[in-house]
Amino acid sequence: MSASSQTFSALLPGDVSDDSSKRALLAEIDASCRVPVLFFVISGLLWLLAGTALALVASIKLHSPGFLASWEFLTFGRVRPAHLNTVIYGFASQTGIGVTLWLMCRLCRVPFVAPGLATVAAIFWNIGLTVGVVGILIGDSTSIEWLELPRYCTPILFFSYALVAVWAIITFRLRREQHLYVSQWYLLAAILWFPWLYATAQIMLLIEPVRGVVQAAVNWWFAHNVLGLWFTPIGLASIYYFIPKVIGRPIHSYYLSVLGFWSLALFYNWNGLHHLIGGPMPAWMITVSIVASVMMLIPVTTVAINHHMTMWGHFGKLKHSPTLRFVVVGALCYTATSLQGIANSLRSYSEVVHFTHHTIAHAHLGLYGFFAMVMFGSLYYIIPRITQREWPSLGLISLHFWACFLGLALYVVPLSLGGILQGLAMNDASVPFLKVVEGTLPWLKLRTFAGLLLGLGHVAFVGNLVWLLARVFGPYRKPVVAILMGAETAAVVGK
Amino acid sequence: MKYGPLLFLGILFTLASSWVGLVLAPKQQLGGLVPNVSTNALGAVVLYPQARKGEAQQGEEHYRSLGCVYCHSQQVRPEGFGSDITRGWGKRRTVSRDYLYDKPVMLGTSRTGPDLTNIGERQSDSGWHFAHLYNPQITSKGSVMPPYPFLFQLRKIGPGGASTNALKLSGEFAVAEGWEVVPKDSARQLVEYLRSLKTSVDLPEAPLPKVQEGAAK
Repeated sequence: MSASSQTFSALLPGDVSDDSSKRALLAEIDASCRVPVLFFVISGLLWLLAGTALALVASIKLHSPGFLASWEFLTFGRVRPAHLNTVIYGFASQTGIGVTLWLMCRLCRVPFVAPGLATVAAIFWNIGLTVGVVGILIGDSTSIEWLELPRYCTPILFFSYALVAVWAIITFRLRREQHLYVSQWYLLAAILWFPWLYATAQIMLLIEPVRGVVQAAVNWWFAHNVLGLWFTPIGLASIYYFIPKVIGRPIHSYYLSVLGFWSLALFYNWNGLHHLIGGPMPAWMITVSIVASVMMLIPVTTVAINHHMTMWGHFGKLKHSPTLRFVVVGALCYTATSLQGIANSLRSYSEVVHFTHHTIAHAHLGLYGFFAMVMFGSLYYIIPRITQREWPSLGLISLHFWACFLGLALYVVPLSLGGILQGLAMNDASVPFLKVVEGTLPWLKLRTFAGLLLGLGHVAFVGNLVWLLARVFGPYRKPVVAILMGAETAAVVGK
Repeated sequence: MKYGPLLFLGILFTLASSWVGLVLAPKQQLGGLVPNVSTNALGAVVLYPQARKGEAQQGEEHYRSLGCVYCHSQQVRPEGFGSDITRGWGKRRTVSRDYLYDKPVMLGTSRTGPDLTNIGERQSDSGWHFAHLYNPQITSKGSVMPPYPFLFQLRKIGPGGASTNALKLSGEFAVAEGWEVVPKDSARQLVEYLRSLKTSVDLPEAPLPKVQEGAAK
């Protein structure tokens, strides 16, 4: 335990402030991250704005089908996958990679290796994705969920990703800190799992498609694992890093961290085929996925207890730190969406909610409530440190938080409920189908309103960031971290 | 944890397990599936399913490209699990073999609209499909399906009189005097694809329910 307690203490703000060489190293690391991390993050946020716009168009179309109906490229069946792919591969992946790069440098204690390489990767990623999203809109979508980007653009994304992975492995090999903090386990896992998933799916579904419903098995093994083995580890790594960092105390239990990590690694990757309950697949494939889904109770409760106990007694700090606020909401959503997901995977429950808008609400609780919120929180911490500039507007931060929080609640809670009602009606054959459709309309309209709130939050965030970046070109001003962190932790300036 | 190599191996082995279990094993079990061979009443050999050809095959491309799968599933769940069969979406549950030649397999995860596994059987009238695609409100008032006017051409009626395949539009949907709406190739192909969707074939693993002796035909 001595090694781990040493690492924990090294993570504590107080430890560094009395060790100027360590502090200088951290400042050097932060400065070295500036260009590549900002490049990934800013591109990610621009895709978030595009993805939000596409989401709103899709959402409006679901209750007002005549909206923008005469343009083929804006038909629902194209806007929806365009939305999904821009937010998954544009926003979430790129922002996630940006945060991962920074966390890797910080935790390995090495300044950014070959920032040019990472920036080239980001450029290629954006080119590939732009080609792909335009491809979807002009009709080249593959209609394979989570893999709609046409075949001609995915190799560009894969090449770009390979550069990131090579970079991460080099950084990992060069690490000066031998002890591996829990965040690094998750990051390393995500970096190694993603190319395997992506390559398998591309080869077996796009390049040399397998026959028949084997496609469905590969599709859902891939799609569920993109969530479980790519976004989830990056999100959890960030939570494990930022909660202790901001409140200034170590993670509650090292052993719970170990248990949480390995049980996630064992069980999550077997979950995917619960998306095919009732479908034309041999029963064992679905059953094994249901069992694995229920086993997810272990990593989920372990991680929830670990995070909650770390926060215990420090909830007051949520008032001051936007990082903590977003990250803690994200952590709560992780628990909630995982429990909801376990319920959805049970045959009796799935019989009702499968094929309904409940699934859409669930996906947003996971990807938005958990992942996006954690990323927002992380960026509130990272960006001032790599740019040496403080967030210009506290009001915009509040607006961002409350718009997203309310938008999320108004999105997920009503649509989950509406989905259950939709499923119950659909399973009652005496209810005509058009009556079922009619019953979903109020929930879908509310969803559009919730989406507008989320969009407002995003605009506030990006506005604040643009304002901050404008100041990068102005004269250097000492960051006033006190605004964000509360007086106690103000001493960490520049760390 | 200190040991990078151990971590590395653990990460690879965990994913390898499900890759074998949920990717390789399904490929082994289902990859070799072949069409069912039976003989019809006339003694001729019948293969099911069969690969789509011509317009139906082209129509499948439109179905994929327009993203129909985001609202319409193509799978019938078993009797007693949901109301798929009582709603008349199929006579039997669908099984792996039904999808042998689908490119790609579009099972779907959403039923914002009804299931289409057997739409070719439930609605074989092309005219209905054209009107429905042109504007779903014509055939299904209150539907949230988008209209697809871009699959149709609005044109002046030529000197030879109205085209035989022009849509019969009346009331609020009528077009100006002297004009007509005709399906483009894409609409025709899409409708041929929809009409090709039918699975009411007796399979050993999924027999059709026996029609009772003497039941009304």
